[in-house]
This record gives sequence, C-alpha cells and structure tokens, in this order.
Amino acid sequence: MKHLTLAAAMLALTAGMAQAQQDTITLGMVLEPPNLDPTGGAAAAIDEVVYANIFEGLTRFGPDGAVLPALAESWEVSEDGTVYTFHLHDGVKFHDGTDMTAEDVVFTLDRARAEDSTNAQKALFTGITGVAAVDPLTVQITLAEPNGNLPFNMAWGDAVIVAPESIDTAATAPVGTGPFTFTEWVQGDHVTITRNDAYWGAAPALASATFKFISDPNAAFAAMMAGDVDAFPNFPAPETLSQFESDPRFKVIVGSTEGETILAMNNKLAPLDDIRVREAIAHAINRQDIVDGAMFGFGTPIGTHFAPHNPDYVDLTALSAYDPEKSKALMAEVGEIPALRLMLPPPSYARRGGEIIAAQLREVGIETEITNLEWAQWLEQVFGGKDFDLTIISHTEPADINIYARPDYYFQYDNAEFQALIAELGVTSDPARRSELNKQAQEMIAQDYVNAYLFQLAKTGVANAKIEGLWENAPTQANDLTGVRWTE
Amino acid sequence: MRLNAQLWIGAALTAVFLAGAVLSFVWTPHDVTALNIADKLRPASSTYLLGTDHFGRDLLSMLMVGARTSIAVALVAVGIGLGLGVPLGLLAAATRGSLIDEVVMRGNDLIFAFPSLVIAILITAVFGPSALNAILAIGIFNIPVFARVSRGGALSLWTLDWILAARVAGKGRLRISLEHILPNIVNLLIVQGTIQFSLGILAEAALSYVGLGAQPPLPSWGRMLAEAQTMIYTNPALAILPGLAIVAMVLGLNLMGDGLRDLLDPRVRRARA
Amino acid sequence: MLRYAFSRALSLAVSLIVASVVIFAVIEVIPGDPASYMLGLNATPEAVDALRDQLGLNGSLVSRYLSWAGGMLTGDFGLSYTYKVPVADLVAQRLWVSLPLALYALALSTLIAFPVGLIAAARRGTVTDYGIMGATQLGIAVPNFWFAMLLVLVFAVNLRWFSAGGFPGWSDPGAAIKALTLPAVALALPQASILARVMRSALIETLGQDYIRTARAKGLSRRQATTRHALRNAMIPVLTIIGLQFSFLLAGAIIIENVFYLPGLGRLIFQGITQRDLIVVESLVMLLVFAVILVTFLVDLAYAAVDPRLRRRA
Repeated sequence: MKHLTLAAAMLALTAGMAQAQQDTITLGMVLEPPNLDPTGGAAAAIDEVVYANIFEGLTRFGPDGAVLPALAESWEVSEDGTVYTFHLHDGVKFHDGTDMTAEDVVFTLDRARAEDSTNAQKALFTGITGVAAVDPLTVQITLAEPNGNLPFNMAWGDAVIVAPESIDTAATAPVGTGPFTFTEWVQGDHVTITRNDAYWGAAPALASATFKFISDPNAAFAAMMAGDVDAFPNFPAPETLSQFESDPRFKVIVGSTEGETILAMNNKLAPLDDIRVREAIAHAINRQDIVDGAMFGFGTPIGTHFAPHNPDYVDLTALSAYDPEKSKALMAEVGEIPALRLMLPPPSYARRGGEIIAAQLREVGIETEITNLEWAQWLEQVFGGKDFDLTIISHTEPADINIYARPDYYFQYDNAEFQALIAELGVTSDPARRSELNKQAQEMIAQDYVNAYLFQLAKTGVANAKIEGLWENAPTQANDLTGVRWTE
Repeated sequence: MRLNAQLWIGAALTAVFLAGAVLSFVWTPHDVTALNIADKLRPASSTYLLGTDHFGRDLLSMLMVGARTSIAVALVAVGIGLGLGVPLGLLAAATRGSLIDEVVMRGNDLIFAFPSLVIAILITAVFGPSALNAILAIGIFNIPVFARVSRGGALSLWTLDWILAARVAGKGRLRISLEHILPNIVNLLIVQGTIQFSLGILAEAALSYVGLGAQPPLPSWGRMLAEAQTMIYTNPALAILPGLAIVAMVLGLNLMGDGLRDLLDPRVRRARA
Repeated sequence: MLRYAFSRALSLAVSLIVASVVIFAVIEVIPGDPASYMLGLNATPEAVDALRDQLGLNGSLVSRYLSWAGGMLTGDFGLSYTYKVPVADLVAQRLWVSLPLALYALALSTLIAFPVGLIAAARRGTVTDYGIMGATQLGIAVPNFWFAMLLVLVFAVNLRWFSAGGFPGWSDPGAAIKALTLPAVALALPQASILARVMRSALIETLGQDYIRTARAKGLSRRQATTRHALRNAMIPVLTIIGLQFSFLLAGAIIIENVFYLPGLGRLIFQGITQRDLIVVESLVMLLVFAVILVTFLVDLAYAAVDPRLRRRA
C-alpha cells in the first residue's frame, strides 16, 4: 500500500513535469564546449550549442546541407568573380540591443583573417583581400581570385557575425543575433538558452533549451531512459539503439553525417611509405565486421574520402575489398615489418573499431600495438606531431577531400598530381567539370591507398517520440532548434 | 572453528581464481584475442559456457585472462611496496629518532596525504595508460603502508631483552634487523600483504574501468565492466559477471587475510579465547 | 603541548611546499598542449602559438611555479584554460556538489555503521555477529562504481524512483538531495562496512578492559556498560576513521561522480586532465592534498591533547 501511494505520487510528479515541459527541451551532448565563441575555437561542441541558435552568419547551412541566406538576404558576384556584394537583412539586432550593420560584418571578417587571429578555420578566409561597408546594409568582399565557394565558406560556424562591443565576453557569455539568447552556463553540467523575443526572423516554438553534457555512454543511456534528457542528437552508445527502437516513448533518428571514418596511415614513415603495405592493410580489413561490431550496424562502408550521399560520390569499395589472401601475398613480398602503433582517440568508433582492426590485421600477420589517447594527447602526438603509424578518426568537415592536397597534413600524403587537381578544383566553377575533378580526386587517393577507408559515420540520435523538427542529417555540426517543437 | 572457516573459505576462493589465471596461460576455452563478430552477444550455451561479448569473444576465457591481469598487477604492486617499504621501515626503526627516521616517516605522511586515486589517474595520464603504469601508480602507495607496518613491528621488537642482548653482544644494527627483526615481522607482512593485494585488485579494476589500466586486446575485469555498461540492460551477464569476479576475488583475499591474522597474531588469539 | 603543536605545524608547512613542487613537476611532464586542444583539429600553428602567449604558457618553469604558488597563497588560483573563468570560481561551484555529497555519504555511512557495529559487538560470537561480519566483508569487496551501476539499473532505469544522474542545483533543495542519494549510497556502502568493523573491534577491545569489568561487577548490565562507558572510549578510533573517510570521500568520489555525471570536484579533475586544463588540475590536487594534510594535523593535535605520551615522539 505504501509503495502504491509512493508510486502514485511519483507518477503525478512526472506528469506535472511533462506538462510544464511543453515548450522547453533538454538536449544531451557528449562533449562540453571549451568556450562558446565559434570564431575563437574549433571544437565541434561549440557549434552544436551556438550555431543557428545564438549566432548567425551571412549565409547558413540548411538541414540538407544547402547554403541558404541568413543575415544576408541576397548577394551577387561581379563579372570576373572576385567581388561579392552581400545585402543584409534590415532591422537585425544583437541580443544586447545594438543594431547589426555592415560594420559588424567588416569587424568579424577582419578579425577572423587577422595575423593574430585564433580562428581555427582561417583557411575559409584566405582568398579575401578586402572587406568594405558600402552602406549600413551592404557589404563588399573582394577576393584575390574567383572563389565559387565563398557563400559556402560564409555558412560555417567559424564565420558567424559578432559585434565588437561584445566580443571580449563571447567565450563565456556569447551575444549574437540568433533566435535564442544565452542564459547560463554551469561549467561541467549544462548551458541554457532562452527564446529571443526580439528576433528578426520567425520565432521558434521553444521558450528555452538546455544542453546537458554527458560524455559517459552509460550515463547517456540512463539519462535518456530516465527522461532527464529529451533528445540526444548524437547518441554515443549505438549498441543501445535497438532498446530505444522497441520503446514507444522514444524514436531513433538515423541520418548521415559528413564524417568519413578512416584508418589513417602515416604515409611518410616506414613501413607505411610502401604502397604494398598500405594496400595489404586495406585488403585485410572487413568493413562490414567493423560497422557491425563497432557501430552495431549503423554506417555505410566507403572506399574513398567522400560522403556517399554526395551526388559526386564514386563507390570504390571494390578496390580495397576484403581479401586476406591478397594481403598475405603482398606482405610475403614485403617481408617482416615491425608492430605498427595504432593510436586511438576516445570515441567508441575508434576504440572499438581499433580492436577489431587489430584483430583483422593479426589474421594476415600484421601486428599492432594499441594506445588509447585522450583528445588532447591525440591532437598533440598524432595530429600535430605526426608521431604514429595508424589511427582511426572521423573527418566530419563537409567536402574536405582537399586535405589530401596538404603534404604537411598528419597522414602526410604528398602527390603533386593530386595537389594540381585540387588547385584546379578551387578555381573551377563549371558544375560538370567540378564533378569530374571530384571523381578523379576520389579515385586517385583510393588507388594510392593513402588511408584505409572504413565507413561513413551515421548520425544516430535518440529523442522523445513527441519531439519533431530535429535535424536528421548533419551537414555541419549543429543542433538547429529553430524548427523544434513538442507535438500533442 | 570460525577462524578456520574464514581462512578456508578465503583460501578456496583465492585458489579458484589463481588456478583460473594460471590455467589461462596454457588453455582457455576460446582464443581471447580472436574476434568473431558473427557470434556477438550470444547467451550462455554449451559452446560458450558464459556467453559472448560484443565482439563475439568468449566471456569465460576473458574472465580467466582478466584474473591473470588483475593478479599480476596487484601482486607486482605489493612487491614494490614490500621491496621498498620494508627496508625503509627497518632502517627507520633501527635508527629510531634520527634524521633518517624523521625523513622516512614524513615522506610516508606526505604520500599518504595525496589522494591516491587522483594521483594514480595523473600518473597514467602522464606516462600513458598501460598495465605497467597502473602497477607503478598502485605500487607507490603501497610503499608507505609497508614502511609503517614494518617500522611499527620492528620498534616493538627493538625493546625486547634478547634483541638488546644481541646488541650488547656486538652485532650491528643492520645484522640484527636482517637476522632477528625481519623474520619476526614476516607474519605482520603476510597479513598486510594480503590486504594490499586485495586493495590492489580493487584499484586495478577502478583504473581500467576509467580506461587507464591494461590496454586492449589484453582483457581486464575493470575494462570489461566499462565496455559492458551500456549493455547491462540487454545483456546483463556481461556487466554482472566481471563485477562478481572482482567481489569474489577481493572477498576471498580479505577473508584469507583476516583468517591469517587470527592464526598468526597471538594477541588476537588471546583476545578471542 | 605548544612546542609539539609548533613542530607539527612546521612539518605541515614543509609537507605543503614539497607537495606543491611535486605536483607542479608532475603536471609539467604531462603530454598534450592545452592551446592546441582548445583550438582543435584544423588550427594553424600560428593560432596555437598566439593562444599559448595569451595563456602565459611561454614563460620559464621557475617563474611559472612561483606565480602559481604565490597566487595560491593569496587565494588566486589562476584562470581555467578551457573555461576561461577563475579556477577559484569553478572550485567553489563544484564544492557545492562534492562537499554535500561527502557529508551525505558520511552521514549515511555513520548511520548504518553505528547500530550495526554496536549490535555485532553486543552479540559477539553469535550468528548475528557472524552474519554482520560476513556482510561487511562483502561490502568492502564491492567496487563502488559497479555498485553504482547496479543502483542505476534498479532504481533509475527500472523503478524510475531516482534520476540516473545529473545535478539540478540547490534552488530546489529537495531535488538536489534526491539527485545526490544514489551516489551517496554507492559511496557509503564500503565506508559503512569498514566503519562498522572498526566500531565493533573498538567496542570489543574496550569491553575487555578492567574498568568495564569493574562496572559490570558493580552490577551494570552488559548493555549499560556498553552504552555508558565502552561507547565513549571506542569513539577515538572510530572518529579517526571518520576523519580519514571524509577526506577520502571528498577526493575519491571521482569515479562515482563520473557514473552519475555530477559536476563535482572529482569530475573537474578528470575533465581537467583530459582537456589539458593543467591549471585546474594542479590547483585542485594541491587543495585536496592540503585538506588531507590539515585533517591529519588536526587529528594528531587532538590525539596529543588526549594522550600526553604522544607528544614525546615529536
């Protein structure tokens, strides 16, 4: 009897909470942003909180990855393709009440491309030679040479518009133009944002939203199950998704990301400077086992560094099909090689995938030595110091095959032919030619077995079944809440 | 009667795990490093006596090799404590009240003052996670424990008449420490060693649970728990069995330690009578 | 007594200095550059170097140690690399989780251990005693993080009585205490087991002493003798253990805080290590060491006040 009343009281309590929750939402995130200034740090977690919610750029990414107008309602390009004129929306205000004008755009872009800029994506701004305010609502950007990608570049979280008055506090108290204003950040726990009633665009349905940081997959699962979190757009425990699918309280949202998950190899360091060793590794890997074992079936096998949902994608998986006999034959030709150092960053695709790959390589006689690294160590030792043989990482930036044209990039692929190809791609605006170049690039890196291409990371999200409007795919790292609402 | 029961139950539990660990060197039901994704998350069956994990590895084999990892880490950590702590404790006792004694004892206090788990995490973060660094991190905190125990035991011996007699007979302090003191504190050290051994198992489990112990593909109980955590709802055996293994092993050692203390320490025996 | 207190205070100071040097040295060796971590994957080397300058990471070792140690003395713990807020604020914020959690767990542990230890001592040698002793053995052998997992499984996921983790803040004290309940239980179980055993043996020891026998001979019942005399004398070792457990709970909750994702001190250290927020790590470890050394110092003084024989040791 006593238990019954307790249970009844609990029910009443939770029901009451559900009532009050109609226009607020709690989202789970794996990583906490180190700060909240997307123009001063590259951590994806920053964009996952602020992109499209607090900060907006001249342009923005839509849910399907298309570049849409944002603060700039339209733009045109000069004949020779070197001058872009952006026309800003009228009546846009920052959250502190000041007007957003062309001067703020000039300030933002000048700051981002300055010598001492700590913007992590400075490459987005490299071709820009001048930014000028024509009038309060018109901005002109001058380029050194034509770049059809400028509107795309301006859509990134690193290019959002900030104001000189509030930039000093952006790291802890961001002030933007978006539909939500920053409310509080309890470090180590959550960030809360509240609807901006003075927003220039369509008002969002949610009155407020809380981003809760839960890095432990088990805690994430428990929080979701217990209803502490309403949605977890990038759920860290794929092994539990079947559990959510069978529970009517939840829905599982599976979409695509821009994350090519690769077994990166150090192309300059022996023995991986030998293409036969790299090819042997590629043929020793059974992608389906990795997708099944590490991702519990979520993920699409890829054969090159390109997203399968992209129209220009070429399926090259056959080039590196699972063929352990071929691997053994190649390795017999090469002879003995020392154990390879396999460095694994924290995400479960890397840790679990690494164990599977180590076992698959052992089958063909290639020994590995696994080291688990925290992100900071991985960035310093692998990404910065290039002190590794193998590593597993998902490259989540959109359309980033051009990293193979950077010989100093951590996997150190140095091919002049490929670099020329990417250079041509950078100045080509004809869609047919661009598509052809993209395909050539994909084939070139696949034939050189630069890295072993594993699978396209799936976006596996879990949400309360009554929530709609969350992004299904992840064309960029963001949790755009403008269209999110509770149904009932 | 009870004394024997405690000792025997403890010894039996410990023996089971030791046997499993030793056996795992020559034979396990299945290969623990070979993955078999097609057979993942199987329930217990005649092929897989305790079922398989998320990579299709045999759980029983994993537990056996995991016992080996735990025991090895804890044992070597105890060895570090004994090897460095006992000489320091004996030295401090032999030179009682001297500067050496003071430095040793203050050093001990200092190590005791450090929050051990935090420091263990720091050490593994500095030198990289591995079984070896876990051993070091645990072993360091064993040094002051053994130094204190052996100093305390030795001090009470130094006041005994026959030790004084040996001293008068011209034997040096070093010789007395080795010939007379050490053999008489062995009982104390065995009891303390058993306790530190069980604490070491717990510490190793905690470290590998947070990913700072033995690295894959070497199985360890703590990491098995961490990996199975999200599957506790669908495959509870994966998260429950390694936990039970830790509990049983630690319980066995503690019971054995208590039983040994009762058996070896005459003071306790008298109190019980 | 004063001389003793002074000499102990001196060694306290020396310990703190040695500890600060050790901590600083260890932190310096940690691989991983906070600046490159903060800027992420595609950061240019110039951006990283600019940030290193901003953070004051380019100074010499000695000057950095002195400014850190000097700052600690004046209560200025520096600025967190990752959060860009004063470390002291972060610590204060986290203390509001860790301190109540430690006290909660300690209270639970004491509440369980006292009656249990008392009963075991009173019923010494009976089945009850053996049962209790067996149960405490089990309690000591259970890893607290595994126990926490089981608690979450039963009480948060299946019964849904408690939330699985997180901390709602103290604006609603009821909710805050509820959120700390499962972690406190997970932390308290092994501590209560240890404490109950200490309690039992301390009681048995005092019960065997002459003055208790005298009291019994004077006609006091065993229960009266226990509560009036033995309990008071048995408190000395029990209180020592409680003191030690408190500092352990403050620092040792690190894994439990992770299981329940509580924003406490332990998790702050762990986050600090993984994010290379070294200033947070070194300041926090130093604070915890200070807390433990201080507790030991106070316990020593209390002992000396009670037992004059100890003062001669110094």
